[in-house]
Amino acid sequence: MKSGFSALIVGLIFSLGLGISGMTNPQKIYGFLNIFGQWDPSLMFVMIGSILVHSISYQWIKRRPSPLFGQWPIQADRKITPRLVFGAVIFGCGWGLAGYCPGPAIVSAASLQMRPIIFVGGMLGGMFIFKILNLKVLRP
Amino acid sequence: MNIEWVHALWGGALIGVAASMMLLLTGRIAGISGIVNGLLSPVRGDIAWRLCFVLGLLAGGALLPIIIQNPFSGSLATSDWSVGLAGLLVGFGTVLGSGCTSGHGVCGISRLSPRSMVATAVFVTSGILAVTVLTNFGFFQ
Repeated sequence: MKSGFSALIVGLIFSLGLGISGMTNPQKIYGFLNIFGQWDPSLMFVMIGSILVHSISYQWIKRRPSPLFGQWPIQADRKITPRLVFGAVIFGCGWGLAGYCPGPAIVSAASLQMRPIIFVGGMLGGMFIFKILNLKVLRP
Repeated sequence: MNIEWVHALWGGALIGVAASMMLLLTGRIAGISGIVNGLLSPVRGDIAWRLCFVLGLLAGGALLPIIIQNPFSGSLATSDWSVGLAGLLVGFGTVLGSGCTSGHGVCGISRLSPRSMVATAVFVTSGILAVTVLTNFGFFQ
Protein backbone atom coordinates (compact mmCIF):
# COMPACT_ATOMS: atom_id res chain seq x y z
CA MET A 1 0.00 0.00 0.00
CA LYS A 2 2.66 2.50 1.08
CA SER A 3 5.10 1.35 -1.61
CA GLY A 4 2.33 1.49 -4.22
CA PHE A 5 1.36 5.05 -3.33
CA SER A 6 5.04 6.08 -3.19
CA ALA A 7 5.63 4.59 -6.65
CA LEU A 8 2.59 6.41 -8.04
CA ILE A 9 3.79 9.80 -6.77
CA VAL A 10 7.38 9.15 -7.87
CA GLY A 11 6.14 8.12 -11.34
CA LEU A 12 4.10 11.31 -11.58
CA ILE A 13 7.00 13.60 -10.60
CA PHE A 14 9.40 11.66 -12.84
CA SER A 15 6.98 12.07 -15.72
CA LEU A 16 6.62 15.83 -15.24
CA GLY A 17 10.41 16.13 -15.09
CA LEU A 18 10.77 14.21 -18.37
CA GLY A 19 8.19 16.42 -20.08
CA ILE A 20 9.48 19.76 -18.76
CA SER A 21 13.08 18.88 -19.62
CA GLY A 22 12.20 18.10 -23.25
CA MET A 23 12.89 14.35 -23.15
CA THR A 24 9.43 13.60 -24.60
CA ASN A 25 10.34 15.48 -27.78
CA PRO A 26 12.14 13.07 -30.16
CA GLN A 27 13.64 16.00 -32.10
CA LYS A 28 15.52 17.02 -28.96
CA ILE A 29 16.97 13.53 -28.59
CA TYR A 30 17.90 13.57 -32.26
CA GLY A 31 19.51 17.01 -31.86
CA PHE A 32 21.50 15.83 -28.84
CA LEU A 33 22.82 12.72 -30.59
CA ASN A 34 23.55 14.58 -33.84
CA ILE A 35 26.91 15.95 -32.67
CA PHE A 36 28.36 15.97 -36.20
CA GLY A 37 25.40 17.99 -37.49
CA GLN A 38 23.46 20.76 -35.76
CA TRP A 39 24.16 19.75 -32.17
CA ASP A 40 21.55 20.65 -29.54
CA PRO A 41 23.21 20.37 -26.12
CA SER A 42 20.04 20.84 -24.04
CA LEU A 43 19.75 17.21 -22.97
CA MET A 44 23.17 17.52 -21.37
CA PHE A 45 21.51 19.92 -18.94
CA VAL A 46 18.91 17.26 -18.11
CA MET A 47 21.75 14.94 -17.10
CA ILE A 48 23.48 17.72 -15.14
CA GLY A 49 20.28 18.69 -13.29
CA SER A 50 19.26 15.16 -12.39
CA ILE A 51 22.72 13.90 -11.42
CA LEU A 52 23.45 17.03 -9.37
CA VAL A 53 20.31 16.53 -7.28
CA HIS A 54 20.51 12.76 -6.97
CA SER A 55 24.25 12.44 -6.31
CA ILE A 56 23.90 14.80 -3.32
CA SER A 57 20.73 13.14 -1.97
CA TYR A 58 22.26 9.68 -2.49
CA GLN A 59 25.11 10.42 -0.10
CA TRP A 60 22.58 11.35 2.54
CA ILE A 61 20.03 8.57 1.89
CA LYS A 62 22.55 5.71 1.82
CA ARG A 63 23.59 6.46 5.43
CA ARG A 64 20.14 5.42 6.65
CA PRO A 65 19.83 1.93 8.13
CA SER A 66 16.84 1.30 5.85
CA PRO A 67 14.52 3.14 3.45
CA LEU A 68 11.31 4.53 4.96
CA PHE A 69 9.28 1.52 3.75
CA GLY A 70 10.99 -1.88 3.42
CA GLN A 71 14.66 -2.90 3.29
CA TRP A 72 17.70 -2.02 1.23
CA PRO A 73 18.04 -4.50 -1.65
CA ILE A 74 21.04 -6.84 -1.85
CA GLN A 75 24.00 -5.29 -3.67
CA ALA A 76 23.63 -5.84 -7.41
CA ASP A 77 26.25 -7.23 -9.78
CA ARG A 78 29.20 -4.85 -10.15
CA LYS A 79 31.08 -6.48 -13.01
CA ILE A 80 31.31 -4.94 -16.46
CA THR A 81 30.17 -7.82 -18.65
CA PRO A 82 29.79 -8.31 -22.42
CA ARG A 83 26.02 -8.39 -21.80
CA LEU A 84 26.13 -4.89 -20.30
CA VAL A 85 28.10 -3.50 -23.25
CA PHE A 86 26.16 -5.27 -26.04
CA GLY A 87 22.89 -4.34 -24.37
CA ALA A 88 23.91 -0.68 -24.25
CA VAL A 89 24.98 -0.79 -27.94
CA ILE A 90 21.58 -2.20 -28.99
CA PHE A 91 19.69 0.23 -26.76
CA GLY A 92 21.65 3.20 -28.18
CA CYS A 93 20.76 2.18 -31.77
CA GLY A 94 17.04 2.08 -30.94
CA TRP A 95 17.27 5.36 -29.00
CA GLY A 96 18.82 7.11 -32.01
CA LEU A 97 16.45 5.48 -34.49
CA ALA A 98 13.21 6.76 -32.88
CA GLY A 99 14.33 9.41 -30.39
CA TYR A 100 12.65 7.63 -27.50
CA CYS A 101 13.99 5.88 -24.43
CA PRO A 102 11.63 3.85 -22.19
CA GLY A 103 10.43 6.56 -19.76
CA PRO A 104 9.61 9.34 -22.25
CA ALA A 105 7.93 6.78 -24.55
CA ILE A 106 5.53 5.64 -21.81
CA VAL A 107 4.84 9.26 -20.77
CA SER A 108 4.17 10.18 -24.42
CA ALA A 109 1.85 7.21 -24.87
CA ALA A 110 -0.57 9.04 -22.55
CA SER A 111 -1.10 11.51 -25.42
CA LEU A 112 -2.64 8.59 -27.39
CA GLN A 113 -0.45 9.47 -30.38
CA MET A 114 0.36 6.44 -32.53
CA ARG A 115 4.17 6.69 -32.56
CA PRO A 116 4.86 6.35 -28.82
CA ILE A 117 2.22 3.61 -28.54
CA ILE A 118 3.89 1.67 -31.37
CA PHE A 119 7.25 2.22 -29.67
CA VAL A 120 6.05 0.96 -26.28
CA GLY A 121 4.47 -2.07 -28.00
CA GLY A 122 7.80 -2.80 -29.70
CA MET A 123 9.64 -2.30 -26.43
CA LEU A 124 7.46 -4.82 -24.59
CA GLY A 125 7.98 -7.17 -27.55
CA GLY A 126 11.77 -6.75 -27.28
CA MET A 127 11.67 -7.46 -23.56
CA PHE A 128 9.55 -10.55 -24.23
CA ILE A 129 11.95 -11.79 -26.92
CA PHE A 130 14.80 -11.37 -24.44
CA LYS A 131 12.91 -13.37 -21.86
CA ILE A 132 12.36 -16.27 -24.30
CA LEU A 133 15.96 -16.20 -25.59
CA ASN A 134 17.37 -15.94 -22.11
CA LEU A 135 15.43 -19.01 -21.04
CA LYS A 136 16.08 -21.12 -24.12
CA VAL A 137 19.32 -19.99 -25.75
CA LEU A 138 21.55 -17.85 -23.57
CA ARG A 139 21.22 -20.10 -20.51
CA PRO A 140 20.44 -23.60 -21.82
CA MET B 1 21.38 31.15 -21.13
CA ASN B 2 19.03 29.58 -23.68
CA ILE B 3 15.50 29.10 -22.20
CA GLU B 4 15.37 25.49 -23.39
CA TRP B 5 18.53 24.78 -21.39
CA VAL B 6 16.90 26.28 -18.30
CA HIS B 7 13.85 24.02 -18.78
CA ALA B 8 16.17 21.05 -19.29
CA LEU B 9 18.00 21.87 -16.05
CA TRP B 10 14.79 22.26 -14.01
CA GLY B 11 13.14 19.22 -15.54
CA GLY B 12 16.34 17.28 -14.87
CA ALA B 13 16.33 18.45 -11.25
CA LEU B 14 12.75 17.16 -10.94
CA ILE B 15 13.88 13.78 -12.31
CA GLY B 16 16.62 13.81 -9.66
CA VAL B 17 14.02 14.54 -6.97
CA ALA B 18 11.87 11.63 -8.19
CA ALA B 19 14.84 9.23 -8.20
CA SER B 20 15.78 10.41 -4.68
CA MET B 21 12.23 9.91 -3.40
CA MET B 22 12.13 6.41 -4.86
CA LEU B 23 15.34 5.49 -3.06
CA LEU B 24 14.40 7.12 0.23
CA LEU B 25 10.84 5.76 0.32
CA THR B 26 11.18 2.26 -1.12
CA GLY B 27 14.94 1.60 -1.38
CA ARG B 28 14.52 0.88 -5.09
CA ILE B 29 16.29 2.25 -8.16
CA ALA B 30 14.04 4.40 -10.37
CA GLY B 31 15.10 2.55 -13.52
CA ILE B 32 12.18 2.57 -15.90
CA SER B 33 13.19 -0.35 -18.15
CA GLY B 34 13.78 -2.55 -15.11
CA ILE B 35 10.48 -1.60 -13.51
CA VAL B 36 8.55 -2.36 -16.72
CA ASN B 37 10.48 -5.57 -17.44
CA GLY B 38 9.58 -6.87 -13.98
CA LEU B 39 5.95 -6.89 -15.11
CA LEU B 40 6.74 -9.44 -17.84
CA SER B 41 7.98 -11.99 -15.31
CA PRO B 42 5.55 -11.23 -12.49
CA VAL B 43 6.49 -12.29 -8.97
CA ARG B 44 3.81 -12.35 -6.28
CA GLY B 45 3.88 -9.19 -4.16
CA ASP B 46 6.16 -7.41 -6.64
CA ILE B 47 3.58 -6.29 -9.20
CA ALA B 48 1.41 -3.57 -7.65
CA TRP B 49 4.15 -0.98 -7.07
CA ARG B 50 5.41 -1.43 -10.65
CA LEU B 51 1.92 -0.88 -12.05
CA CYS B 52 1.48 2.15 -9.76
CA PHE B 53 4.74 3.63 -11.06
CA VAL B 54 3.69 3.18 -14.71
CA LEU B 55 0.28 4.64 -13.84
CA GLY B 56 2.07 7.66 -12.32
CA LEU B 57 4.08 8.10 -15.54
CA LEU B 58 0.89 7.99 -17.62
CA ALA B 59 -0.92 10.39 -15.23
CA GLY B 60 2.00 12.82 -15.59
CA GLY B 61 1.76 12.44 -19.36
CA ALA B 62 -1.93 13.33 -19.22
CA LEU B 63 -1.18 16.42 -17.07
CA LEU B 64 1.77 17.70 -19.12
CA PRO B 65 -0.26 19.47 -21.85
CA ILE B 66 -1.85 21.59 -19.08
CA ILE B 67 1.54 22.58 -17.64
CA ILE B 68 3.65 23.19 -20.74
CA GLN B 69 3.01 23.88 -24.42
CA ASN B 70 3.27 21.00 -26.90
CA PRO B 71 5.05 18.46 -24.69
CA PHE B 72 4.74 15.73 -27.33
CA SER B 73 5.70 17.60 -30.49
CA GLY B 74 8.71 16.96 -32.63
CA SER B 75 8.24 13.47 -33.99
CA LEU B 76 10.98 12.43 -36.42
CA ALA B 77 10.38 12.16 -40.15
CA THR B 78 10.55 8.38 -40.17
CA SER B 79 8.09 5.56 -40.76
CA ASP B 80 5.95 3.81 -38.17
CA TRP B 81 7.71 0.50 -38.75
CA SER B 82 11.09 2.03 -37.92
CA VAL B 83 9.62 3.31 -34.63
CA GLY B 84 8.38 -0.21 -33.87
CA LEU B 85 11.81 -1.65 -34.70
CA ALA B 86 13.41 0.99 -32.46
CA GLY B 87 11.09 -0.11 -29.66
CA LEU B 88 12.18 -3.73 -30.13
CA LEU B 89 15.86 -2.75 -29.97
CA VAL B 90 15.31 -0.57 -26.89
CA GLY B 91 13.32 -3.28 -25.09
CA PHE B 92 15.84 -6.02 -25.86
CA GLY B 93 18.92 -3.85 -25.30
CA THR B 94 17.84 -2.37 -21.98
CA VAL B 95 17.10 -5.78 -20.48
CA LEU B 96 20.34 -7.30 -21.81
CA GLY B 97 22.27 -4.26 -20.54
CA SER B 98 20.34 -4.08 -17.23
CA GLY B 99 19.17 -0.50 -17.58
CA CYS B 100 18.31 2.56 -19.63
CA THR B 101 18.77 6.32 -19.44
CA SER B 102 17.12 6.50 -16.00
CA GLY B 103 18.61 3.44 -14.28
CA HIS B 104 22.18 3.79 -15.63
CA GLY B 105 22.27 7.42 -16.79
CA VAL B 106 20.68 9.10 -13.77
CA CYS B 107 20.64 6.68 -10.80
CA GLY B 108 23.83 4.75 -11.61
CA ILE B 109 26.04 7.73 -12.41
CA SER B 110 24.75 9.52 -9.30
CA ARG B 111 26.03 6.70 -7.11
CA LEU B 112 29.28 6.55 -9.13
CA SER B 113 28.66 3.00 -10.35
CA PRO B 114 31.40 2.01 -12.85
CA ARG B 115 28.94 -0.34 -14.61
CA SER B 116 26.47 2.46 -15.20
CA MET B 117 29.17 4.89 -16.35
CA VAL B 118 30.35 2.36 -18.94
CA ALA B 119 26.78 1.58 -20.04
CA THR B 120 25.91 5.29 -20.40
CA ALA B 121 29.08 6.06 -22.35
CA VAL B 122 28.32 3.10 -24.65
CA PHE B 123 24.65 3.85 -25.33
CA VAL B 124 25.30 7.55 -25.94
CA THR B 125 28.13 6.67 -28.35
CA SER B 126 25.98 4.06 -30.05
CA GLY B 127 23.11 6.56 -30.34
CA ILE B 128 25.44 9.16 -31.86
CA LEU B 129 26.72 6.61 -34.40
CA ALA B 130 23.18 5.50 -35.28
CA VAL B 131 21.96 9.08 -35.79
CA THR B 132 25.07 10.06 -37.76
CA VAL B 133 24.93 7.05 -40.09
CA LEU B 134 21.16 7.28 -40.62
CA THR B 135 21.31 11.04 -41.23
CA ASN B 136 24.02 10.60 -43.83
CA PHE B 137 21.92 8.00 -45.64
CA GLY B 138 19.04 10.51 -45.71
CA PHE B 139 16.90 8.44 -43.36
CA PHE B 140 15.44 11.38 -41.39
CA GLN B 141 14.08 13.31 -44.39
